[in-house]
Amino acid sequence: MTKSELIALLAAENPHLRQPDIELIVATIFDEITAALARGDRVELRGFGAFSAKRRDARTGRNPRTGAAVPVAGKAVPYFKPGKELRERVNGGPPAAAAPVRRPARIASKVA
Amino acid sequence: MNTLTRAHLAEAIYSQVGLSRNESSALLESVLEQIGRALEAGDPVKIAAFGTFLVRQKGQRVGRNPKTGVEVPILPRKVLSFRPSQVLRARINGEQGGEDADGAA
Repeated sequence: MTKSELIALLAAENPHLRQPDIELIVATIFDEITAALARGDRVELRGFGAFSAKRRDARTGRNPRTGAAVPVAGKAVPYFKPGKELRERVNGGPPAAAAPVRRPARIASKVA
Repeated sequence: MNTLTRAHLAEAIYSQVGLSRNESSALLESVLEQIGRALEAGDPVKIAAFGTFLVRQKGQRVGRNPKTGVEVPILPRKVLSFRPSQVLRARINGEQGGEDADGAA
């Protein structure tokens, strides 16, 4: 799916909106995330995932062809960590009882 | 470092597009849901000037519980990965990053 296909799907879902507005909505979302990362902020969308920028220190790289040492400047690299819900959806639902979690028994008598 | 949430993105849609606040957050949710649905179907999602979300199939391998040293099989699974586009990489480093020079994200 591309951005234009995404816009087409949203347009079909929202016939009361004009196409340019839908394009603006989609652009706004990704522009806001980009601007936040550029400021050094992170964006956390529960159930979907979190975007952050990871800092990479300056290092000395090498030209693989000549072997000459080349200084590589430090930089920030965008990073996306998928949220639990999306991770499970992509993998075909929640893991089948991989590690059963024991929950403390509810104390029914405390509830009036 | 601040953390932005759905509320901030919905607010940005509200002020940019002029929809109601309710509808702004509903549309944000629709965008995330459509992306999730495509990924669930194994379809990569390519957003020009931002990046590509793609599902990768991982094979089975042997892992180890780091605490006990017990070997446990890690089952084959699908994982989600994100490849940032050159434009996004450039922008977060304060460079302009050619608006249209993105091509393959």
